[in-house]
Amino acid sequence: MSPRVTYRDAMREALREALQRDPRVFLMGEDVGMYGGSYAVSKGLLAEFGPERIRDTPLSELGFVGAGIGAALGGMRPIVEIMTVNFSLLALDQLVNTAASLRHMSGGQFHVPLVVRMATGAGRQLAAQHSHSLEGWYAHVPGLRVLAPATVEDARDMLWPALQEEDPVIIFEHALLYNVEGPLEPGAGADIRHARIRRPGRDLTVVTFGGMLNPVLGATEELARAGIEAEVIDLRVLRPLDDATICASVRRTHRVLIVDEEWRSGSLAAEISARIMEQAFFELDAPVQRLCGAEVPVPYARHLEEAALPRTPAIVEAARRLVGVAGAAP
Amino acid sequence: MIEVKLPSLGADMDEGTLLEWRVHPGDEVSKGDILAVVDTTKAALDVECWHSGKVFDLLVEPGRTMKVGTPMLRLLEPGENAASIPPARVPAAPAPPPAVTAPPAAARRPVSPAARRRADELKVSLDSIQGTGPDGAVTLKDVEAAAQARPGRDRAADMRRLIAAAMSRSKREIPHYYQTDDVPLAAATEWLRTTNLGRPITERILLAALFIRAVAEAARRHPDMNGFYVADEFRPSAPVHVGMAIALRGGGLIAPAIHSAEQKSVTEIMRDLSDLVARTRAGKLRRDELADPTITLTSLGDESVRAVHGVIYAPQVALVGIGQVRERAWVSNGAVVAMPVVTITLAADHRVSDGHAGARFLADIGERLQHPEKL
Repeated sequence: MSPRVTYRDAMREALREALQRDPRVFLMGEDVGMYGGSYAVSKGLLAEFGPERIRDTPLSELGFVGAGIGAALGGMRPIVEIMTVNFSLLALDQLVNTAASLRHMSGGQFHVPLVVRMATGAGRQLAAQHSHSLEGWYAHVPGLRVLAPATVEDARDMLWPALQEEDPVIIFEHALLYNVEGPLEPGAGADIRHARIRRPGRDLTVVTFGGMLNPVLGATEELARAGIEAEVIDLRVLRPLDDATICASVRRTHRVLIVDEEWRSGSLAAEISARIMEQAFFELDAPVQRLCGAEVPVPYARHLEEAALPRTPAIVEAARRLVGVAGAAP
Repeated sequence: MIEVKLPSLGADMDEGTLLEWRVHPGDEVSKGDILAVVDTTKAALDVECWHSGKVFDLLVEPGRTMKVGTPMLRLLEPGENAASIPPARVPAAPAPPPAVTAPPAAARRPVSPAARRRADELKVSLDSIQGTGPDGAVTLKDVEAAAQARPGRDRAADMRRLIAAAMSRSKREIPHYYQTDDVPLAAATEWLRTTNLGRPITERILLAALFIRAVAEAARRHPDMNGFYVADEFRPSAPVHVGMAIALRGGGLIAPAIHSAEQKSVTEIMRDLSDLVARTRAGKLRRDELADPTITLTSLGDESVRAVHGVIYAPQVALVGIGQVRERAWVSNGAVVAMPVVTITLAADHRVSDGHAGARFLADIGERLQHPEKL
């Protein structure tokens, strides 16, 4: 039996391994040192690696992300933690105008091997300024690679290959995942190129990523009891998207539900749907369906927040409608 | 390089639909191997290979309907080099059937893209399909269910059209003449009874096998009843391939050949006949079985008709009809006795033979049935 660990522990293990393996690696961000990280991911690392490599920063995303870019240009392998994706908007100028553009603007002379980790997503009553899912905004930007580890294993295994990239990588960690436990095999090293089928099925394909993976897998168990076998694709890599894996699944199931916590308009769900139309239109046996977060700033009140997010019953209902058995008894 | 073309698998076949390939590029094939299965509206038939070689490429996709003579695949002859093969002249796909124009104001039916494509492949009309998908859309499953439900109906209609064409042609072109005789079957039925006594049920011989054997033997001796009338001349056949009319459960009939029946024993013919009936009803005949008959036998012995005046199956020149075997009052040695009797009718082509020849042929059949042990 492989040991069961939390997503938080797996991420800390990944950081520790990276810090041990490569002296150029250091971690920088708000409260990552003394406080141990706002989600306790880096707890204990300051004592182990010292203030040179575990650096607390002032409350200035624009400043410390810029510092990270400078360090990367100077030959270091910085890991910059941003507390939430909402706060990362303060650093968009550095990320989009500098990190993602420099290689292009320098004619390939300067690479920015920067890894930025940030928490994303709702579900912890942290209200509109700490709960949004803006992965699609980053996945819009050429020059960035965007990852969304959704399992304990990916939390541990995706960081190291991200650090080997010559260009900037953004890692989204859904805040609800940190306490999730799962088995952790000895590190095999993850690929950061491909989506993965988490559950094979014949009746429909559910495409999802990050914090929605577990609610989707929960829904598939309920669907299976009703005789509906859903294939679940965990995107893992949000940019560039793995069209081949998605379309191969569409060719098997002919029906697609995309579950994405983002707002529907202009979301990754919209992009995936468009790609399926472009590449697998004639395989479709029903219109592609999207189940996304409600288009409101994420509410604070518990019941309103839950109502704004795609949850298992809604996923089950959407899947049943899609395969044409909405009226059937459960 | 050998180009294998769609063969004519029957005298009236001018096109066929490729159902499946049985070989793949790179396969070694030799004479007699089955290359493909082709649907001719009568039955699914195997296309045999007449050469030895290696499959180079397949030129048509399953589902394609093509004219006889259309190149289907190319073989490399032994020792031939693949590099020397020019690119295939891929036969042009047949023009799509004319589109059905919908009434101008009608809303478009919801049909999923996958279902629309599948319906096109299976040649299923979307108009008649009830949709079960979201918003009543026609889905893949609906199309496939409709295609499943269809073959019986369509195949029966195809078969009807085919018989209509063949029979009209025959009556239009062949000046038939008819002759009838009653044949006593006391010896034949008694021989069957004693022969079958010692046999397990599966090996018992039916009267039909005796008829086939008698017709084959008589046809061998009367060559102007056995062969094809093609291009204004009669081409007699040395072997006698007796086509046996077999009714299909879905309606219609097929008359595939029992090959070289003049050389086979009654037991062999019986075995061939059982096999042929089973395969005919399963739609699994070989190409030569449909194309080869040189004379046809039609027996309505199971129905209560006394005689069958049949229509010759062109380009053959004779057809023998067998009625029901009945006990009748029969004069034998000056006394009236109860006797199993069958009425045998000859329909023959007057372009090839005259009444005198027909009469002798018919008498020969009757005579042979009096000595079943010699058949």
